[in-house]
Amino acid sequence: MAWTRKLLRVNLTAGTITEEALNMQWANDYLGQRGLATRYLVEEIDPTCDPLGPDNKFIMATGPLTGTNASTAGRYSCLCKSPLTNALACSNSGGFFGAEMKFAGWDMIIFEGKASSPMYMNIENDKAELLPADDMWGKSVWEADKMLRTKHTDPQVRIAAVGRSAEEGNLYAAVVNDLHRAAGRSGVGTVMASKNLKAVVIRGTKGVGNVDNPKAFMETTNAGKAVLAENPVTGQGLPTYGTQVLMNVINEVGALPTRNMRETQFEGAADVSGEAMHEPRKSDGKPNLTTNGACYACTIACGRISTIDRTHFSVKDKPEYWIASGGLEYEAAWALGPDTGVDDIDALTYVNFLCNEDGMDPISFGSTVAAAMELFEEGAITTEHTGGVELKFGSAEALCWAAEMTAKGEGFGKDIGLGSKRLCEKYGRPELSMTVKGQEFPAYDPRGIQGMGLAYATSNRGACHLRGYTVASEILGIPEKTDPLETAGKPGLVKAFQDATAAVDSAGLCVFTTFAWTMDDIAPQVDAACEGDWSAERMMEVGERIWNMERVFNAAAGVGGDQDTLPPRLLNDGANSGPAKGKVSGLKEMLPEYYELRGWNADGSVSDATKQKFGLPA
Amino acid sequence: MQKSLHIDPGKCTGCLQCESACSLENEGLFNPSKSRIKVFTFHDEGRFVPYTCTQCDEAWCMQACPVDAIVLNPLNGSKDVKSDVCVGCKVCTIACPFGTINYNADTGKVIKCDLCGGDPACATACPTDAISYIDANATGLDKMRAWAAKTDNTANA
Repeated sequence: MAWTRKLLRVNLTAGTITEEALNMQWANDYLGQRGLATRYLVEEIDPTCDPLGPDNKFIMATGPLTGTNASTAGRYSCLCKSPLTNALACSNSGGFFGAEMKFAGWDMIIFEGKASSPMYMNIENDKAELLPADDMWGKSVWEADKMLRTKHTDPQVRIAAVGRSAEEGNLYAAVVNDLHRAAGRSGVGTVMASKNLKAVVIRGTKGVGNVDNPKAFMETTNAGKAVLAENPVTGQGLPTYGTQVLMNVINEVGALPTRNMRETQFEGAADVSGEAMHEPRKSDGKPNLTTNGACYACTIACGRISTIDRTHFSVKDKPEYWIASGGLEYEAAWALGPDTGVDDIDALTYVNFLCNEDGMDPISFGSTVAAAMELFEEGAITTEHTGGVELKFGSAEALCWAAEMTAKGEGFGKDIGLGSKRLCEKYGRPELSMTVKGQEFPAYDPRGIQGMGLAYATSNRGACHLRGYTVASEILGIPEKTDPLETAGKPGLVKAFQDATAAVDSAGLCVFTTFAWTMDDIAPQVDAACEGDWSAERMMEVGERIWNMERVFNAAAGVGGDQDTLPPRLLNDGANSGPAKGKVSGLKEMLPEYYELRGWNADGSVSDATKQKFGLPA
Repeated sequence: MQKSLHIDPGKCTGCLQCESACSLENEGLFNPSKSRIKVFTFHDEGRFVPYTCTQCDEAWCMQACPVDAIVLNPLNGSKDVKSDVCVGCKVCTIACPFGTINYNADTGKVIKCDLCGGDPACATACPTDAISYIDANATGLDKMRAWAAKTDNTANA
């Protein structure tokens, strides 16, 4: 069965906690995690509700494979309506929290309403209670984690919490679990904090059992693990360099957005790359990278565990940061580095620590700082606004200062916490915001990787690489190589990646497996775990159903086809160097074909026929 | 040839595949809380260390058990708990210097590693060879080889 078939409903206004049977009809149509929790949200919240009001709901959801020993089967997602985009927010995280939720016997937790004072949720198998968190309010995720571990003496509890940025209303605050894994994007942490919910503590000792066909499950999961081990990306590249294996690669193909996406190649890329993380530093002879670490059940282990040079200006007087903790992943390294023009790997690692410590999405944070730096260069932001700080591209000091202020929501950090779109609007230059639907771009310039332009523009959660990662095909040749500078064929490619990813997420697996796995590797694992027949075709159909449902919700929330676009810089200003020199994003050529392939109307709305085809709620 | 579990923490990524496999083998569930092998994370140092019973020859647990519920398996040298004999007195958990035999409150019996009868699931499941099942007489061979390489000055001459 793989699902526990139970969810926990927590009404924070009333202080009630109830157990509910999982809607298995929906599980059959939407699988789990991202898909199934979206189905619940669509049913239960008004799409026009205030994302930070009590009518929004906040869901933590696992998939049917979460907690099993399938490789990477430790994922959970946080879902709600996003305060950053006003669209659906769905942020996926690894670590150990999701699996523990499953071990405690829960597929999903739905939080509704708003507590009258700070609370945290404590779950030990069937026992679930809301406890006061007044003493933790105003503390970072790391401090709250320590306090909770002192209080609950079981050393094996798993904790997800929000930091000070979320409490202060930062619009891209993350939910951080296991100290440095995060449901990072779209402000899911902001919504959790808006409900006065500081943390969720879980201990599960019941385990996950009764997979539908145990023998087939062991065979297919073992076969899957062998495929991951033998693949050069998942077997060697990711364990050795993490996702940071991409920094030099993407720079070489001329798709590394630099200085708020003005340029497409960064002269300092090598200094902040995965390779650089292995280089012994001068001060103590140790490399930035201590080791690689895995999330639950992951046989890839791309996670970086790093230290900062103790002699570096950012931490030389702060021994609390002389520890090993979550290090730079590619997207974070890009946003904090090339996009701000900073090539100081210790500064980047320090800021990454701060993002984990206080729960900020490093992509949105770095991109917003990059926008602020351009506004500063243009004179729209001055030292009067920053309290004397020279917010210049390339300044590691300014970057570290901005992170400290934003993590705590103090001074100019309040403005950076608005995100790039609202910051640029506030200072009168909206065109300088590198966002789609209000969410900041990740680390691939759509002028150099054309498919990503369409993927960004049509992503259901605003600009995002994890909704349709055509980089795999266009740059890495997975599953087959396509020309990154061509738009032909990309609408179909984007659609296929979007649908497949929705299905992978909903199973409870990590999308990084798809560097090696196709749906023919994944479907048999789901099929062996779950009742019924889960073929690759059905998985793709489920993915497409989820994609359409997300789209319908967004349209009802006021985020429709008119927002399927890119900032003018990417549509009008040619790339300034590299293989894509002179190229702009060919979004306009791709979008109509994409709508057609999706079975949508010309304005990007989901047609009645398509709604009917996938049995979407009316 | 007698074999024993060999653990190299330097290779461990903390993924818990070993705990998952152990609990499945022994409890029929994916349930790390019931695993006989545990991976300890020393977060601030960036270290992951798997740890389990070393199957002592003069096993303290076996010596301490008042009802002879812990017996030597002559096939692989493991010290196995006979659940139908164990009375849950927990004296073995006090006697063991390493903490690797533990009480299971759900069953009222103690649990410990029994090398899965000679084919330990944790070693099979480990994706990085941090846990292996090798000749008990040569568990130091890898370390010796590494030091031998370092002490051979002729290589650098």
